[in-house]
Amino acid sequence: MPELWYALLALMLTAYTVLDGFDFGAGVLHLFVAKTEAERRSVFAAIGPFWDGNEVWLIAAGGVMFLAFPVLLTTAFPAFYLSLFVFVWCLMLRGVAIELRSHVDNAEWRAFWDVVFALSSALLALLFGVALGNVVRGLPLSSEEVRTLPFFTNFRSTGQVGLLDWYTLLVGVFAVGLLSLHGSLFLQYRSDGDLAERARRVERRLWLPLALLFIAVTLATGVVRPQFFPALAGRPLAWLASALALLGLWFALPRAAAQPAMRRFFGSCALIAGLLVSVSVAVFPTLLYSTLDPAHSLRLHDATSGDYGRRVALYWWPLAFLLAVGYVVFAFRAHRGPVRRG
Amino acid sequence: MDDPGFWHRVQFGFTIAFHYLFPQLTMGLALLIFLLKLVGLRKNDALCADAARFWTRIFGINFAMGVATGVPMEFQFGTNWSRFSRYAGGVVGQTLALEGMFAFFLESAFVAALVWGEHRLGPRKHLLASFAVLLGSWLSAFFIVTTNAFMQHPVGYALENGRLVLDDVWAFLLNPWGILQFLHTLSASVVTASFVMAAVGAFYALGRKHLPAARLFLRWGTGAGLIAAILVAFPTGDRQAKAVAEYQPVTLAAMEGRFDSGEYAELTFIGQPNVRERRIDNAIQAPAVLSILAYGTPQRSVKGLREFPETEWPGNIELLYYSFHVMAGLGTLFIALMGLSTLARVRGRLETSRGLLWALMLAFPFPYIATTAGWFTAELGRQPWLVYGLFRTAEGYSRGVSSGNALFTLLGFGGLYFVLGLLFLFLVARELAHGPGLPAPREYGVPGEAEGHA
Repeated sequence: MPELWYALLALMLTAYTVLDGFDFGAGVLHLFVAKTEAERRSVFAAIGPFWDGNEVWLIAAGGVMFLAFPVLLTTAFPAFYLSLFVFVWCLMLRGVAIELRSHVDNAEWRAFWDVVFALSSALLALLFGVALGNVVRGLPLSSEEVRTLPFFTNFRSTGQVGLLDWYTLLVGVFAVGLLSLHGSLFLQYRSDGDLAERARRVERRLWLPLALLFIAVTLATGVVRPQFFPALAGRPLAWLASALALLGLWFALPRAAAQPAMRRFFGSCALIAGLLVSVSVAVFPTLLYSTLDPAHSLRLHDATSGDYGRRVALYWWPLAFLLAVGYVVFAFRAHRGPVRRG
Repeated sequence: MDDPGFWHRVQFGFTIAFHYLFPQLTMGLALLIFLLKLVGLRKNDALCADAARFWTRIFGINFAMGVATGVPMEFQFGTNWSRFSRYAGGVVGQTLALEGMFAFFLESAFVAALVWGEHRLGPRKHLLASFAVLLGSWLSAFFIVTTNAFMQHPVGYALENGRLVLDDVWAFLLNPWGILQFLHTLSASVVTASFVMAAVGAFYALGRKHLPAARLFLRWGTGAGLIAAILVAFPTGDRQAKAVAEYQPVTLAAMEGRFDSGEYAELTFIGQPNVRERRIDNAIQAPAVLSILAYGTPQRSVKGLREFPETEWPGNIELLYYSFHVMAGLGTLFIALMGLSTLARVRGRLETSRGLLWALMLAFPFPYIATTAGWFTAELGRQPWLVYGLFRTAEGYSRGVSSGNALFTLLGFGGLYFVLGLLFLFLVARELAHGPGLPAPREYGVPGEAEGHA
C-alpha cells in the first residue's frame, strides 16, 4: 500500500515538473526570445491559460504527501526551510508578474514585471533542480530532530551538507537547461514568426551543453549515491522509464525534415517524465538518504500514517486525478497551436 | 519572545490573516458574479452582463492575490509546524489533499476562462465557467474549514503509536462544528462582497457617475448584504455560539470575560476584562441573555473561568474578548445598516440619501475587520490547544527551525505583503476609475484594451 502511494506521489510530482516546467522554461527564455511588446505579450498569452493549473500539481502533490507520508513532509520541510521559502516567494512574485504585467499600459511597469518573471522563473528552475539533487544526495539525518540546512557548508556532498554543494548545483544548472529546452519547444509550438524562430535558435544551441551536463550529472550521481545505478539496473520499471526518456529524446531531437512543433514538445515531456520516473525508481524505497549514517535514512515504511486514511483516499483519488488530467487535456485542446492575438 | 514558538505563531497568524482578506471576497463575489451573469443571460439584461464583466475584472486581480498569498499556507504546515503535522497529518492530510485535488484544480481550470475567455467561449459556456469557479472556491472553503473544525472539535480519529489517524471519514467530513463554521464563513464572505459592491455603487452614486450601474450595485449589494448579514448572525452565528458553549465552555467564558459561574448569566455588550483581578470592569450587561444564547434557557448556569484550571485558559483572554466583541458588534451593525439601506431603497430614497450613501461607501472595510476578528476569536479561543483537548500549541512548532530563521521569513513576508497590498489597491483603484462599460478582454492578461485602457 505505501508503495502504491509512493508511485502516485511520484506520478504527481512528475506531472508537476513536466507541466510547470514548460512555463518556467518560457520564463527563463522570455527576455532572450521575446523582444517586442507584441512578442512578450504572446509569451504570456501562450502560458496564460496553463500556468496556474500547472502550479496546482505542486500544491496537490503536497497535499498527497501530507496524506500518505506525513513523516516525509515533516522531516524534509524544516530541513529545506530556507530554500522552500525562497521558492515560495519566487512562485508568488512570478504569479503576480504573469497576472498583472499587462494591466498597466506603461513601458517601465511592463519591463519591470518582465524581469521579475524571467528571474523568478530561472531561480525556480534552479531551486527545483537543487531540491532534486538534495533528495538524491541526502540530508544530514541523525537520531536527533532534523535542523534547518544552511544554504551551503563546505560544498562537499558528504557529512554536514548544505543545500548547495557541487553536486546539487550541478543538478540545478542541468534543470535550468533542460526546462529552458522544454520551454523553448513549448514556445515554438504556441507561437509563430520571429518569436518562434528565436526560440528555435536558442533551442539548437542548448542541445550540446545539455548533453555534456547530462553526462556530468550521471557520473556525479554514481559518485554521490553509489547505490543509484545498481538499483536502476536491477529494476525493470526503471528500464521502461529510461526507454520512455529515450523515446521522448528521439521525438524532441531537431532533425532536418520539418517536424510538427507539437510532437517535439511532447517528446520533451516524455524525456523529462522518463528521467524523473527513473530517479524515483532508483532511490526507492529510501525517501530521504542520510549523509551521516545510512542507518538513519528515512525509509518508506517509517514515513506513513494510518492505513484507513490511505484506503479512503484510494476511493476519491482516481476520480480527482482523472478530472485533473481532463482539465489539462481540455486546456491543451482549447488552446491549440500558435497564439492568435486580438 | 525567547520562545521560538512565538515567532512561528506570529508568522502563521500574519500570513493567514493577510491571505484571508482575498478569498473572502473571492467566495462572495463568485456567487454575485454568477447570479449577475445568470440574470444577464436569462433576461437578456445588458446592464447585468456588463456589471458581471466589471466585477470579474476586480475578481481577477483579487483571485491572483489570493493564489499568491495562499501558496505559502500549505508549505507552512510542514516547515513551521512539523510536530503538529506529524501528529495530526494522518487526519488533516486527508482534507488538505482533497482541497488540492478537487477544489484547486477546478478553480484553476476555469478562472482563466472566466476572467479572459468571454469572447472565446460565448455567453453560455462563460456562465458555466463562472459556476465552476464558484463551486471550486466554495469546495476549497469546505475542505479548509473542515480541517480547522477538526482542530476545534476533533471527531472521527483514533490514536495510533501516539499519532492521530483517521478512523471514520464521514464523521470527520460531516463534523457538526465544521458544517456550522462553513456556513458561517460563507455567509460572512457574501457579506464582504455585498458591502464592497454596495460601496462601489454608493461611490458612483455620490459622484454622479455610471448611474445605471450604481443603482444596480446598490440594489444587489444591499439586498444580498441584508440576507447574508442576517444569516451570519442567525442561524449560523447563534448555532456556532451554542457549539462553543457545549464543546469549549472555557472558551465561551473567556470570550465573554466571565470569571464567575451562575444562572441568569448576563451578556456583556461593553466592558474591559481585568484578568489580574478576575472581573470585568465598567461593564454594560443584559441579564440572562448569555444563558439564553448559550443554552436556550435563562436558568442554565454558564460556567466562569474560575471553574477551570488556569492551564486550560486561552492564553490571551483580553485579545480573545475584544475580537469576539468586535465581530459580534460589527455583525449587529451590518444588519442595521443594510436594513436601513434596504428600507430606503424600497421607498426609492436610497440614491438621494447622501448620509446613507456615505455610510455605505465607507463601510466596506468593516466586514474585513469582522471576519478577521472572527478568525481571531476561533483561533485564540482554541488556545492553549492546537487540536482541542489533544495537542497543545506549544508542542506543535518545528524544533529544528530556529527563531532567527522564523523571524527572517516573517520579515520577508512582511515586506512582500506590503508590496502586494499596495499593488492590489493600485490596480483595483484603476478599475474603479475606469468603471463599468469596458468590453470583454480579447487577449490573455490584457483587460478591456479596446477603449484606451491606459
